[in-house]
Amino acid sequence: MTPAISVTGLTRRYPDHVALDDMHLSIGNQTITGLLGRNGAGKTTLLRILAGQEFPSSGSVQVLGAPPAENQDVLCRLVLVREDQVFPDLQGYPDFKVSQALRAASIFYPRWDADLASSLLKDFGLRAGKAIRRLSRGQRSALGITIGLAARAEVTLFDEPYAGLDAVARQIFYDRLLAEYADFPRTVLLSTHLIDEAAGLFENVVVIDRGRVVLDTAADGLRGTVTAVSGPVLAVNSFTQGRPVWERRGLGSQASVVIVGQIPPEDRDRARSLGLDLTPLSLQQLVVRASAGPAGTGSPTMRTSA
Amino acid sequence: MREMAGLDEGTPLFAQVAERLAADIADGGLAEGERVPSTNELAAFYRINPATAAKGINILADEGLLDKRRGIGMFVAAGSRAALLARRRAGFTERYVEPMLTEATRLGIDSDELITLIRECSNEQGSVAV
Repeated sequence: MTPAISVTGLTRRYPDHVALDDMHLSIGNQTITGLLGRNGAGKTTLLRILAGQEFPSSGSVQVLGAPPAENQDVLCRLVLVREDQVFPDLQGYPDFKVSQALRAASIFYPRWDADLASSLLKDFGLRAGKAIRRLSRGQRSALGITIGLAARAEVTLFDEPYAGLDAVARQIFYDRLLAEYADFPRTVLLSTHLIDEAAGLFENVVVIDRGRVVLDTAADGLRGTVTAVSGPVLAVNSFTQGRPVWERRGLGSQASVVIVGQIPPEDRDRARSLGLDLTPLSLQQLVVRASAGPAGTGSPTMRTSA
Repeated sequence: MREMAGLDEGTPLFAQVAERLAADIADGGLAEGERVPSTNELAAFYRINPATAAKGINILADEGLLDKRRGIGMFVAAGSRAALLARRRAGFTERYVEPMLTEATRLGIDSDELITLIRECSNEQGSVAV
């Protein structure tokens, strides 16, 4: 199947730094992918280029089989919801209302669903008659999410879409995203720092760091592959010897060592008989380690994943 | 951490979904011949990606515990409850007895004392005869 998004050798240079550095990436059709990484890793630049709002310095980008920039046929089939979404022309039109923003979106997006938009507004407690300049930060995010979901765009890009949203509203977003995806499957790319919250939504995760992809894999395949082994230091050392070690910490007679790789049942038995605790790392903990710290400290195992 | 109806982040979610369904069948919550929740129903309930939920269902289908009826959905296969209970019984020692013995050893509880403890606990619950 042709991927929905395909990025080849993509570089974006600014006068003072390189935001994307020879990036290669392919996003499968009708999947939900988590785009993860630290601030400044290049997530927003990538999403803006995918949405045709910014140009590559070099390399190529295909969305739905064609370059998105200035391509109306692609642009009306994709939507980008940004953190702290700014709605256009507010200075010229101080009374621009939520309902008018929705009407504008309904004209632009051929698959727009007005009933869905109203029901989302209701869920988020947002009044259609409210002036956009009077919306709080969280309400602006709710409006952005409403447009992003109701557009039913084949490619739906969310860039940290929930600034100012409380936990309840974020849960509404996750639940509605899943329900919408079930009814009208589409390609979703969601960048977020709230990995623990969103992890279950993802079929795939892409971690970027300094403008490059450092991890691109099935989310569920990662779970259970990295384990913290803790207990008495001698037993920990004996058990972890010969295994790829990611991190080692100790306190007095106790040690905790993070190892990479599945642990077969017979080794689990052995760990138990040594009095060791085995704790699998969560996706969030894995991503933090894959993208944290100065260059070259990430695990080589994680960096070579296809 | 977002609530995923009790699933945890440390092990593959599809395996946990399969385990939950299997436990439900073994306990009789899902009777033989009954329709299993659809991929999308499971995804919404556990708040997980539908592809992950589908993978969980497919594990049980591959093991012959579920029957696929085209266009209708998945159903609990005949004989699956007995098969699952037999499997659980086989894993009982490893899953419950061995960890208990390990902890007992750490605490210096010998096997006589352990048996007494089990008997007392069992009398309180009034369930299993030891």
